[in-house]
Amino acid sequence: MISVEKLHVRQGEFSLSDISFKLAEGAYGILVGRSGCGKTTLLEAVCGLRSITSGKILLGTKDVTTLKPGERDVGYVPQDGALFPHLSVARQLAFALVLRKAKPKQIEERVEELAERLGVSHLLDRMPDALSGGERQRVALGRALSIRPRYLCLDEPLSALDDETHDEIYELLVQTVKGTGVTVLHITHNKREVENLADVVFRMSGNELSCE
Amino acid sequence: MMQSTDGNVVTGSTGFRPGSDAPFIVGLSILSGTYVVIIVAMIAADLAYVDADSMLSALRSKEIQYSIGLSLLSCSLSTLLSLWVAIPLGYLTSRFDFPGKRLLDTVLDIPIVLPPLVIGISLLALFNFAPFSWTSQWVVFEIPAVILAQFMVACAFAARAMRISFDQIPTRYEKVALTLGCNRSKAFWLVVMPQAKRGILAAGTLAWARSLGEFGPILVFAGSTRMRTEVLPTSVYLEMQAGNLKGMLAISLIMIFAAAAVLVTSRLMGMKRLEP
Repeated sequence: MISVEKLHVRQGEFSLSDISFKLAEGAYGILVGRSGCGKTTLLEAVCGLRSITSGKILLGTKDVTTLKPGERDVGYVPQDGALFPHLSVARQLAFALVLRKAKPKQIEERVEELAERLGVSHLLDRMPDALSGGERQRVALGRALSIRPRYLCLDEPLSALDDETHDEIYELLVQTVKGTGVTVLHITHNKREVENLADVVFRMSGNELSCE
Repeated sequence: MMQSTDGNVVTGSTGFRPGSDAPFIVGLSILSGTYVVIIVAMIAADLAYVDADSMLSALRSKEIQYSIGLSLLSCSLSTLLSLWVAIPLGYLTSRFDFPGKRLLDTVLDIPIVLPPLVIGISLLALFNFAPFSWTSQWVVFEIPAVILAQFMVACAFAARAMRISFDQIPTRYEKVALTLGCNRSKAFWLVVMPQAKRGILAAGTLAWARSLGEFGPILVFAGSTRMRTEVLPTSVYLEMQAGNLKGMLAISLIMIFAAAAVLVTSRLMGMKRLEP
């Protein structure tokens, strides 16, 4: 479960105040709202990437409000994937595992498994600049899933893709994420994604968050 | 151009011509070209003045050989020192907001806007006070003074260059790295630094070139003693005082070649996919 209680975030001129919501364990939550209303700020606060003024964030039963992003068990995929430009696909997928000092054999097996699941096995030696938009998002998703996070935060992961690739990655999300027990918070403007992926829809308007 | 019945100009392409781009392009070319021509002409004039004999005699001179050696050594050391400070400084000012950041920015501009001579005088004044004065007998008017004088100016330029370089690297990469388990230090070393290679090279080139041309602060803080604190700009100054125009121009050409060599090397290295 992702539970946010009376969250206040201040970032320069912009602020979010008194935001509360609950997303059940294993549910797929979609966050919608106008551009600039604070969706990304809220998502980043859940990931631990924004310092908050007050309030509480719980992931499961654990209060993670003061924990570092890497201690929260959250996978994060930003809009364009943000693949590290200097690392090959294999090294992107292995990045978090290397940080956790996993054994080379374990890393190799996990990278192969992820690559197969995401359909990027033939791209393992490629650098990000040699990938298409859809391939990048597959790798970004794989990198976020590499540590088997219990929570996944997706910031408009399909918005920069053409229609065909959009459908392809959308199907991938349905197959690899939805219903697998991972709790997902996903920002989108796309109605089809809302209709087909969402168990719960949160709408941000002004400084208010409503559940649909 | 079409006009509507009420007399307003109607938008649309029928009959409308936006005018020629030629005057604009020609204007840009003339203004830019003039400057480029003057730069090339200056170097050509230097070359025209110096004959092979004066160039060879400059290169054979022990004083000039010492001056070239000290210039190369001091510029390289001051560049390393500049990068050592400029990389953390550039990252700090690019990524963090903190009280006094504007003041820090202003302080960093001081070595850039101050007349170079004033930097030398200020360093001289500084080494009259503890704890700097404890080391002044080994620093002031000695080789370390040359390096310190070069560093004080070059580092400010390198820090600016590094700030711009870090500003151009989106923070998204660090954010992803943090969620994957990096702390800020690991995110910096594993994700930011590999992307900043070209920026570091540019900042290093800038620092080296600034150091090579530094004269005012060195003259005041390190003196102009032959075979001791003599760097290439000092040699030019000493030759000028001796009325040796050809020698002065020969040394200037050596400096031009050195600067061009560093610039070309840095460009070539930059082209070898330093930045992914």
